[in-house]
Amino acid sequence: MNLKLKIWRQEGQNDQGRMVDYQANNVSDDMSFLEMLDVLNEELIEKGDDPIAFDHDCREGICGMCSLFINGEAHGPVKGVTTCQLHMRSFKDGETIFIEPWRAKAFPVVKDLAVNRSAFDRIIQSGGYVSVNTSGNTLDANAIAIPKPNADKAFDAATCIGCGACVATCKNASATLFLSAKVSQLALLPQGQVERKERVTKMLHQMDEEGFGACTNTGACFVQCPKGISLENIARLNSEFRNALLS
Amino acid sequence: MALTGLFLCTFLVGHLAGNLQLLISDPTHAAESFNAYAQFMTTNPLVKILSYVTYFSILFHAIDGIMLVMANRAARPQRYAHERASTSSVWASRNMGILGTAMLAFIIIHMSDFWFEMHFEMKPTFKLDNGKEVKDLYLEVVEAFHSFPYMLLYVLCMIPIGFHLYHGFQSAFRTLGLIHENLTLLVKRVGVIFSIVVPMAFAIIPLYVYHFIPSAEEIQKSESYKAKSTLIEVEND
Repeated sequence: MNLKLKIWRQEGQNDQGRMVDYQANNVSDDMSFLEMLDVLNEELIEKGDDPIAFDHDCREGICGMCSLFINGEAHGPVKGVTTCQLHMRSFKDGETIFIEPWRAKAFPVVKDLAVNRSAFDRIIQSGGYVSVNTSGNTLDANAIAIPKPNADKAFDAATCIGCGACVATCKNASATLFLSAKVSQLALLPQGQVERKERVTKMLHQMDEEGFGACTNTGACFVQCPKGISLENIARLNSEFRNALLS
Repeated sequence: MALTGLFLCTFLVGHLAGNLQLLISDPTHAAESFNAYAQFMTTNPLVKILSYVTYFSILFHAIDGIMLVMANRAARPQRYAHERASTSSVWASRNMGILGTAMLAFIIIHMSDFWFEMHFEMKPTFKLDNGKEVKDLYLEVVEAFHSFPYMLLYVLCMIPIGFHLYHGFQSAFRTLGLIHENLTLLVKRVGVIFSIVVPMAFAIIPLYVYHFIPSAEEIQKSESYKAKSTLIEVEND
């Protein structure tokens, strides 16, 4: 198939940036979206042009490194997958595809389609950890009994790969779904109880510091999340915060 | 936003309950009932406190809302060239600011019509069964809703309220951190019903008055109303 691509090009953080038109010919249905970009980049390099910068790593949907706002949706038109797991068979021959980086004040563009998501790391650093006894008598996590429903919910929350699709798709560029997953996975487990109250307060504060917007419950994050992180986590985050405030 | 929003939802229910008295078909009975209610609402000290809480809630909700919209817009300085927001969220949830602004404009019009008149102006009075002579708010309402553009404005203004409630009601519960799964579904359903029934019931009142209640002049001419109403002479001038 042949495709028209409109891709965001930006030299660096201080460059204004612009959409640039490209033509991708003889694209195979079986290519992943990133492979299609790889082929385009090879052509650009052969021509002596600057290849398009984009983030990627595992290419099997588990690392959270790939991003891209494709045709107006985070990770493209297919629900429940990351861009690396999106295949060209999801597009039609002759289609025009818009490819843009995540747009958020807290995710500055590094180059072209690659954005700096260190803000997520700083949110985790502010409270997304547990205290563990490391003096030699560490308790085996498997020896701590956890109710099955809690274990399941904690696991579901822990499937968040931190890709930032929630921020990218949220009209407020809010990181609340990400934050709620990180707070939930620890709040639901015995290991997370020690820092439970200060964690939610610190992480929320850090999210605001980073310049993310506030949650207005549109629910777009959950729809676009490649891991389907539930909105129930946002309710839990708010409940955790309320409890931390009132106690 | 959630706390003031939910408080304002309860206000809507109270306001609606009072206004439903306008559906009484006999104008004299309706005037007696509605004017007595209006008298109670403007003089009872508890209701007065409640009304100040309501004014405060509206102001706080509006100012907090404006600040929220501005902060959230600032969180994305560079917009997308191509965005398909409708694939992942409903229109109402993305336009609460616009809907809220429309509602605020309506509240200002609405209060200058009835609230301001009731408190500071209005000449015709109505003698209640208990002998008290009160401002005839009923006649004022009938007169207002007999103007077609006015009636239409009130009916149309219920649409943004419906959409605002459609998102706002259930959103408030999530903001307050209620996470029980069954409750979430219940809240969503109640929210949808609330957002349809309440604005519709409000909209029925101007429609009903316009179509089924005689005009203010005709009401004042009726014998039963004459006995209670004053200022007929002034109205006839």
